[in-house]
Amino acid sequence: MNINGLIRFLVFPGLLFAIPAGWFFVWVEHKAVARMQRRIGPPLLQIFWDFVKLLGKRTPSRHGIEANLLRIYPVLSVLSLLGALALLPVFPNADHGFSGDGILLVALLELPSICFILAGFTSRSIYGEIGATREAVLGVANNVVFLLAILTIAVTANTFRLTDLAGPSWNPGHWIGVLGILLCIPAKLRINPFSTSSAEQEIYSGPLTEYAGAALAMWELAHGLEWVALTGLVATLVMPAGGPWWLRVLTFVVVAFLQVLLLSAIGAGTARFTLQRSMRVYWRWAVILAGLAMSSAIYMRFHS
Amino acid sequence: MSILKKLMYKARCKSPRIFHLNTGSCNGCDIELVTCLSPRYDVEQIGIHLEGSPRHADILCITGPVTRNTLDAVKSVYAQVCEPKAVVALGSCPASCNVFAGSPVIEGPLAKHIPVDVYVPGCPPHPDAIIKGIVRAARILAERGVPEAAKGHPQK
Repeated sequence: MNINGLIRFLVFPGLLFAIPAGWFFVWVEHKAVARMQRRIGPPLLQIFWDFVKLLGKRTPSRHGIEANLLRIYPVLSVLSLLGALALLPVFPNADHGFSGDGILLVALLELPSICFILAGFTSRSIYGEIGATREAVLGVANNVVFLLAILTIAVTANTFRLTDLAGPSWNPGHWIGVLGILLCIPAKLRINPFSTSSAEQEIYSGPLTEYAGAALAMWELAHGLEWVALTGLVATLVMPAGGPWWLRVLTFVVVAFLQVLLLSAIGAGTARFTLQRSMRVYWRWAVILAGLAMSSAIYMRFHS
Repeated sequence: MSILKKLMYKARCKSPRIFHLNTGSCNGCDIELVTCLSPRYDVEQIGIHLEGSPRHADILCITGPVTRNTLDAVKSVYAQVCEPKAVVALGSCPASCNVFAGSPVIEGPLAKHIPVDVYVPGCPPHPDAIIKGIVRAARILAERGVPEAAKGHPQK
């Protein structure tokens, strides 16, 4: 690993930037929802205090392989998301990445969802199992659209290298792909209206029912990092190319922030869909859009 | 007090997550508790959050006079909340069984079965009183911190 990669993993947009940014984005979401409901909302450091408090809780001792697995899943989620963030081409000119890093990015973004499902089944709680099943069903539905959107962008640019995908392009395929990714983000972040898998009222937070203390804190951290990684992915795809490093960092943060506001508005303005209705959104409508985008991107590539 | 302990104390005061348990209440106190979450009282601004699972909570808010059917649930849910924890008894029922006192199906008052930290009297109590009770419970919980102190609590 070269020094550039290490800086990307540890400083920006990795560890040092992403953890406070994740807390901040989760806070912005809570605050925005509160303001839309005419409430005052939580103070700025609320998510940080929640994290610290959870670290100080004494959790019931579990034994055996199940206990280890339940401890590993949230840590694995956090690490894979930090890896995904390190791959984001915020500075496409400084680092050329490697061929096919886009595929690795998609895999790393998917790992937390798989860990979430496995955690639900490993906890052996009935609510965990229901939540995990819902997450799995919804995951299949939104991933078809997500992968088609990424493929549309990749086919348009004729590469899977992230540095070549970064930045806006005049090709409409690129923008349809970005729209497809935006459509999938609410389901990937499990916010309203696609929050059936972690519904607090119906199934006691789903797969996280049996989690407590530090492990739960890691899950909340992973959720914050998911916000940064997914909004960051869209930000790198639409950011104008070139410019000094500070301007790129600023644009990255501002574009991600605007998406957080948009997603909060969607979350505050909608009620929780049933699983069937969420499936219908993706399998009946979004997949048609993504399929058309994909096929037109392939058609345009061979006829231009 | 070291810096880490101070940080933890502050975090515990600022992030009380509550779990609500109804032990045969008439629903009056439950409605008042849910009112606290509404825009008028908005407890989220002082960090209070209603949790779905007792494992995620710090403070157990109990309403109702503890009927025989719910006694096992009370003990089980109390055991599921991780240390350090605190219990808030909402309304007159968990404190004194209220009008249900003397009934053969009532196992109350609550303090016979689990240690109670804060009583919020009233039938039902005002939302402001409930919020004040939860904030006080958060402070008790933060001061308790160490498990020895929790064990020293009078358990009847």
